[in-house]
Amino acid sequence: MTSLMGNQSRGETIGYSFSEPTSANVKQHSFYPYTDNGGSTLGITGSDFAILAGDTRSTSGYNINSRMVPKVFRIGGDDETGEGAQVLLSVVGFAADGNALKEKLDTMVKMYKYKHGKPMSVSACAQRLSTILYEKRFFPYYVHAILAGLDEEGVGALYSYDPVGSYEREQCRAAGAASSLIMPFLDNQVNFKNQYIPGSGAGHALEAVKAEPLPKDTVKQLVRDAFTSAVERHIEVGDGLQMMIITKEGIEEVFIPLKQD
Amino acid sequence: MDKLVAQYSRTHHHNEMYSEQEQEDFNSSVPPLSLKFSLPPVDNRAAFLRAMTDDHSNPSCPIKLAHGTTTLAFRFQGGIIVCTDSRATAGNWIASQTVKKVIPVSRLSRGEDKKSNEPTPGLLGTMAGGAADCQYWLRYLSQQCTLHEIRHKRRITVAAASKILANLTYAYKGYGLSMGTMLAGMTPSEGPALYYIDSDGTRLPGNLFCVGSGQTFAYGVLDAEYRYDLSEEEALALGRRAILAAMHRDAYSGGFINLYHVKEEGWVHHGFDDMNPEFWKTKLEKGEFSNVTSTL
Repeated sequence: MTSLMGNQSRGETIGYSFSEPTSANVKQHSFYPYTDNGGSTLGITGSDFAILAGDTRSTSGYNINSRMVPKVFRIGGDDETGEGAQVLLSVVGFAADGNALKEKLDTMVKMYKYKHGKPMSVSACAQRLSTILYEKRFFPYYVHAILAGLDEEGVGALYSYDPVGSYEREQCRAAGAASSLIMPFLDNQVNFKNQYIPGSGAGHALEAVKAEPLPKDTVKQLVRDAFTSAVERHIEVGDGLQMMIITKEGIEEVFIPLKQD
Repeated sequence: MDKLVAQYSRTHHHNEMYSEQEQEDFNSSVPPLSLKFSLPPVDNRAAFLRAMTDDHSNPSCPIKLAHGTTTLAFRFQGGIIVCTDSRATAGNWIASQTVKKVIPVSRLSRGEDKKSNEPTPGLLGTMAGGAADCQYWLRYLSQQCTLHEIRHKRRITVAAASKILANLTYAYKGYGLSMGTMLAGMTPSEGPALYYIDSDGTRLPGNLFCVGSGQTFAYGVLDAEYRYDLSEEEALALGRRAILAAMHRDAYSGGFINLYHVKEEGWVHHGFDDMNPEFWKTKLEKGEFSNVTSTL
């Protein structure tokens, strides 16, 4: 991180046409409160389940600091066992911000339950997470969050966020260091983007394949394939794959080893 | 001396627990849409925020926010057409192709989970610039509009709603918000009304606006074909065609064409359609886009 903390203020080095010097005689060190801890996360939904997964490597620059730092958390459950949770959250980016965000959302969801005597719905939780992120609009959390659960009809729900809280419900989403490697694969394999029915027409009349919710075992295999492939081509991804599967029966957690190099 | 000591010392564990304020926030029943924002501990906050998040002036900034758009809205004899693309970009990366850039500004529960094709009362807002800024502040505006409705027993006018938003963006001027939004709606006292509001604090009423990186391309099509006495069908087709042109020429626009019509009874959704089949249909059936070859 030292290379990023030069003596000059960042505003000066970047040279905006509208940058103004800091007040006279007061030299301020550049303020760089973030570290990128690497790693990647991924979520896919089906008709009655949602899967949230992430690798367990934690890096800083080219150093691997730990091989077992989970990125997927149960929200609103028991502190030790996670029992009773009905929402999953994954955070990737700066792990300290991610943890703070997780703790905050967890508290909010619990307070809601104590006060209203019923668990928070996933759509309400999604909106709440958005406002939590936006409260730090001018000093953002350096995280890409994904929220997963089951909606009021029992259908898998997945919400993805940018660092300051713009959000959208989606079928699948990859975030983090290898998102640009994983997301195109998901577009093709989950939403069937650019797949056409052979012989359905000539040239531009070709009919596109319609996207339909995939069965759970297929999705599990897709997640494994996405991560084993990302490990081959991204230095910040590896060591272990943590996969959480939420269904109406509860949350199942699986750890699968990935390459350690 | 005491003053100096006080300035540089603080109690040991002052940050260990939730502060009183935070505890209160956890316990109060409606804290979410507050105007309390945490700020970075530096002199020049705007410069910090720019260094961290403005990928336009600093392409290697660590936090890339979702951006980029073409949106348009115009008034005609049958109401107001609102049309947008659906692409969100973070730097060169296409963050999403399925963004809903038309945001209903009405009773909070209305609009999003609506299944029937009945017109829904309320205003429509469009989203250009920072996705989070638009989503948050239009939601805040929905809250204010709902309160207005409850207090005064009638719906808020578009003029009043747009002024709430403009006053807000003006109050946050220099903080680094980025939004260019249009508010469209019909009320008994105003008829069809369209306003443009942006993060500088600008607020303009008008007949026709295009906002975003692809605005020039959309203006090109709209200015050529626009008349106030367009039929409903023509107006919908023109909105679609202008967005299509912008998607074709502007790299930061694309995805799906999101089309809305604001009528007296409320707004009606006219589809969220993939641009690619729409493009080839326009080219092959109408002979437009003749600069593009259809053979390989």
